[in-house]
Amino acid sequence: MSESDSQITLYRLQACPFCERVVRVLDDLDLSYQSRFVEPMHADRDVVKRVSGKRSVPAIVDENTGVKMSESANIVEYLTKTYGEGGAA
Amino acid sequence: MELDFEVVSLPDSDHPSEGETAPDFTRPLVNDEYWEDASLSAVTAEGPTLLIFHPMDGAFPTTYIWNEIDDRGFAEDVQVVGVSISSPYEHKGLLKERAEGVRLFSDPAADLATAYGIENPLDGMTGVTEHRPAAFLLDESRTVHYAWAAAEWPAFPEYDEIEAAIDELV
Repeated sequence: MSESDSQITLYRLQACPFCERVVRVLDDLDLSYQSRFVEPMHADRDVVKRVSGKRSVPAIVDENTGVKMSESANIVEYLTKTYGEGGAA
Repeated sequence: MELDFEVVSLPDSDHPSEGETAPDFTRPLVNDEYWEDASLSAVTAEGPTLLIFHPMDGAFPTTYIWNEIDDRGFAEDVQVVGVSISSPYEHKGLLKERAEGVRLFSDPAADLATAYGIENPLDGMTGVTEHRPAAFLLDESRTVHYAWAAAEWPAFPEYDEIEAAIDELV
């Protein structure tokens, strides 16, 4: 349902500091991404569980690499290693 | 409904009419699981689309409109998307109760009411403008095949006309 060409989808919760941390890194790396906002209620986040295995946010799906992951520290490390200076991609 | 007084008339509306192209826009589009920015053109590209503008979520006309659309099963024949000034959180609540298979755009500043010529500044709610009830049946290129906008307040879509237009288009 999105017209975005972004290969990275970020599942996020409005005002969640861990999500904003990931957004900052995406912006710093000049990566385009599509935001999907989910509910504050953990139990209502089945879509996140389907894509990442957990209901926690942030979670990302990177179509470039097939990577699906959650936990902001892991995501930041992955993005930096993959797209940062001297990164794999 | 027969009333023994005149209901409030709204000023003439300058909405897109049959044969014209509906203005494109991008707003958060809410489904039953999440919301994300989406354009109308991305939605219509997927197939014929019924675009319904409605009062804020919680108002009784909104409830009546979606109940009737559910009863008639329009979402089984075409894509159905709504627009109101309500936030994505309120849209999620609406979708839990009704509007089966429908997605809802959130347009809090009612800019789309201006773009579609269907503004409804609300008496007694200073600073709040919402969308008049309105219905547009669009094909894949956003060409309008049926258009209706409220001329009175309140007013409800002409469901039989919508149904006939859907039957003709799909």
